[in-house]
Amino acid sequence: MQAHNEFDPGGMSRSPSRRDVTGGYWAEADGPDAGPLVRPYVIAQGRDHADTVRLDMISVVIAAKRAEVDEMALEPEQIRILELCRRPLSVAELSAHLDIPVAVVKVLLSDLLNRGLALARAPYTAKSPVSRDVLQAVLDGIQRL
Amino acid sequence: MASSDSDHPHDTVPSALKILVAGGFGAGKTTLVGAVSEIAPLSTEEVMTEASYGVDDLSGVESKTTTTVALDFGRITISSSLVLYLFGTPGQERFWFMWEELSEGALGAIVIADTRRLETCFAAVDFFERRGVPFVVAVNCFDGAHLYEADEVRAALTLDPAIPVVLCDARVRSSAKEVLLTLVNRVAERMAA
Repeated sequence: MQAHNEFDPGGMSRSPSRRDVTGGYWAEADGPDAGPLVRPYVIAQGRDHADTVRLDMISVVIAAKRAEVDEMALEPEQIRILELCRRPLSVAELSAHLDIPVAVVKVLLSDLLNRGLALARAPYTAKSPVSRDVLQAVLDGIQRL
Repeated sequence: MASSDSDHPHDTVPSALKILVAGGFGAGKTTLVGAVSEIAPLSTEEVMTEASYGVDDLSGVESKTTTTVALDFGRITISSSLVLYLFGTPGQERFWFMWEELSEGALGAIVIADTRRLETCFAAVDFFERRGVPFVVAVNCFDGAHLYEADEVRAALTLDPAIPVVLCDARVRSSAKEVLLTLVNRVAERMAA
């Protein structure tokens, strides 16, 4: 793969000058209030989706309990993910809590999964439809609200 | 990182389900999500291509140009092995491509009809009909909004008679709960059919 322009988040964006609502991952370097410069894509080390584990917005992640964590080998954001995932959280929740786009969370996470530091469970999909029991559990759960 | 005691042995990761909450801008999507969610609704951004420039529900980011779409969502923990997420989906037609992705594997959808602007939910109704996603229509009865009967809304939307239409107040938990229960029962019905 060719080296990405640092401003190009894995080809998802064609223009380097757009901003996102979280405060400027795509900010121009010389913009009036340029935010953190493309940091998430730098920490994702230019990788794109090709080498990431297939993760959904609602894949649920939990930190592996007894894993030895070499914090020096991880990005600060990955350490935060492991801290947050002491209880089960979805990719979407991690994105919201860390204020990092979902696509970047997925890259950071797949690294953690590959290292055995976290576990993820795929959500129900059209290919694994819910059973009656699951549906009943959902009904009961909503009733309890 | 020191391992901490947790209720969850490391080999039990819950599975998640999602329900979509669709409707026009300001129809009450996030309000309904917030009424039943155990957490204050969170917001996450998805990076969009230029063609889909703009966002729905821009609260808090006014006057910023953006190429991301905010998705508000909430969570209901059903059990230690099951979590339900409710996603408010961007209402405008130009986000259809995103609905495709979001609707994949969704248990079902709630279309919130705002009777002041009923046409804003046509696109969502069409989409879920075409995709075969089970859905219900929730008529959000705002203060001061002209009240319609469920049947009037059904006729205006030319809905299949099997599709439930419920009147609700999206701000009220018991009312939002009823909408959710109606949807899940509808899903069960379709499963039995």
